[in-house]
Amino acid sequence: MDDKSGAEYWRRNVKLVLTLLVIWFVVSYGFGILFVDALNTITFAGFQLGFWFAQQGSIYVFAILIFVYVRQMNKLDREFNVREDE
Amino acid sequence: MDLTTLTYIAVGLSFALYIGIAIWAKASTTGEFYVAGSGVNPVVNGMATAADWMSAASFISMAGLIAFLGYGGSVYLMGWTGGYCLLAMLLAPYLRKYGKFTVPEFIGDRFYSKTARIVAVVCLIFISFTYVAGQMRGVGIVFSRFLEVDILTGLIIGMSIVFVYAVLGGMKGVTYTQVAQYCVLIVAYTVPAIFIAFQLTGNPIPQLAFGSTVNGTGEFMLDRLNQVVTDLGFLEYTTTSKSTIDIFAITLALMVGTAGLPHVIVRFFTVPKVRDARSSAGWALVFIAILYTTAPAVGAMARLNLTQTVQTGPVGAEDGNLVFEQRPDWMKRWESTGLLSFDDKNGDGKIQYYNDANAEFAAKAEQYGWKGNELKVDNDIMVLANPEIAQLPNWVIALVAAGGIAAALSTAAGLLLVISSSISHDLLKSTFTPDMTEKQELLTGRIAAAVAIGIAGYLGYNPPGFVAQVVAFAFGLAAASLFPVIIMGIFSKKINREGAIAGMLTGLVFTMGYIIAYKGVFIAPILPNTAEYWLFGISPEGIGAVGMVLNFAVAFAVSKVTAEPPQRIQEMVEHIRVPKGAGAAVDH
Repeated sequence: MDDKSGAEYWRRNVKLVLTLLVIWFVVSYGFGILFVDALNTITFAGFQLGFWFAQQGSIYVFAILIFVYVRQMNKLDREFNVREDE
Repeated sequence: MDLTTLTYIAVGLSFALYIGIAIWAKASTTGEFYVAGSGVNPVVNGMATAADWMSAASFISMAGLIAFLGYGGSVYLMGWTGGYCLLAMLLAPYLRKYGKFTVPEFIGDRFYSKTARIVAVVCLIFISFTYVAGQMRGVGIVFSRFLEVDILTGLIIGMSIVFVYAVLGGMKGVTYTQVAQYCVLIVAYTVPAIFIAFQLTGNPIPQLAFGSTVNGTGEFMLDRLNQVVTDLGFLEYTTTSKSTIDIFAITLALMVGTAGLPHVIVRFFTVPKVRDARSSAGWALVFIAILYTTAPAVGAMARLNLTQTVQTGPVGAEDGNLVFEQRPDWMKRWESTGLLSFDDKNGDGKIQYYNDANAEFAAKAEQYGWKGNELKVDNDIMVLANPEIAQLPNWVIALVAAGGIAAALSTAAGLLLVISSSISHDLLKSTFTPDMTEKQELLTGRIAAAVAIGIAGYLGYNPPGFVAQVVAFAFGLAAASLFPVIIMGIFSKKINREGAIAGMLTGLVFTMGYIIAYKGVFIAPILPNTAEYWLFGISPEGIGAVGMVLNFAVAFAVSKVTAEPPQRIQEMVEHIRVPKGAGAAVDH
């Protein structure tokens, strides 16, 4: 791999991670902490929404984010031909 | 069969399983001893990581903490899971690519400095011993309650088991026993939760029961809980008395601390490929989430059950409180451990359980003839007593005992292993006696593990007065010292030796100083541990978040004004950023 595609691979990697970490931040620190009172005025299925994000929802989203990351990185590895041998 | 016999059978069978695995998975090379030969399937590693991560605190204490903290307990739920996103995306794949045995080794190589490596070893040993003392204590408690042996005997049995599979099997043995321990602990945790959820709401899935209506009423469980606890002067369950900034800082310190804990990071060195390290973190979080999404439901249900057991009728009514002589058997059993106690302050023979620190409600209680809260319940009881409270069969109680021991042993073994590899690999092999053969290094590793077990057992039996307070230490230090330098080592080519050492020391000294100032560890606290004295209103539990920011800032500033890292180091950074094998990234 030459320097140019190496830099491009890294740029795309960092961009993906930043995007996912923004979601990570919003569901936990945003919905679960900073805006919890506002969201608690919304209720669904017996939960106050902010409370649900703090004790349930953020954890589900965390797990999903990692699998999205794995999938996107595997794609990126193939595209730039940097995948380890099978 | 009686409970004690059943418990002996459950615990005995689980021990036989762990030892069997240890004999099967004996390590014969340093690679196997330190990182299980890097041949572990990512799903299997995820399961082992989950057991490694979930300690006696997660299994025994967390749901109880949440039961009494309500929304305030969310810091543990988010804080102890969110770190896996950071691990998966920022650390694990790159450290796996680097392909060495220990965390200090990466730090020493990346920052071309033995000093940096030794500072990292010191942080690692401090963090890990703090943690392991708590695990050994957990083993002791479970043994003394369920097997009716004294704590010392319990500890010696627990230590012997860990000795066999950690010393013999090394990382390979630990990995496969952790898989078995995960299975034991997760079954032990979820089975009672399912029974209780079904009894209370008719929905067997705890995560859904949490938001369901209470059996026989149209009232949602959380609404009922809010009502029941506020009626007794407690804070509404879904709110907290902590400030938003403190909740924010504690959550951040726990998340970042999780991602900086050496015994967790090292688990990702055991998988074959970079992409396995990524997916393995995802699997670890799935396995952890099964317990972590069940725990808040268990906490809420336990709080509701406990309150309704004591407050049997309307608050203030003549016959609204439980008569002491008619208390259920589980209360009697736990009284003998001292973790639950009743003091009939107004001498009416009934139990009053309410918040006497709430002035407004205390005044009302006076009119009822109540003279203060009469029931004290330790957090740790909630999970262990749950099956008894719900009147589940004895085999479920025996299973919970085996699960608690599995949670404590799996974490202890992981911690002991990183301590021993740091001593044999980072200190002896690389710093003091570099001409050791592999065979000697392996033997040293085993001896170090054995010594570490002995010290851990001693700390578990004679917990220094500060054990309960040092949990903040372990996470704060991991967040403020190790995590930032690893991240900067990967994501910046310009951070140099001087910057990394200055950053680590700043984070370490600041965080340690702050915690000691408020909590006092070897000395008396210097400042009162209350919000008006805290920096920005952040408690010692959350101060690692500030220490982390300082570490980043100092490392950047110092690196700016000192010489750039050598060219070979910058090339090494490019190399670890790409999954493909050796040479690909440095091939200019």
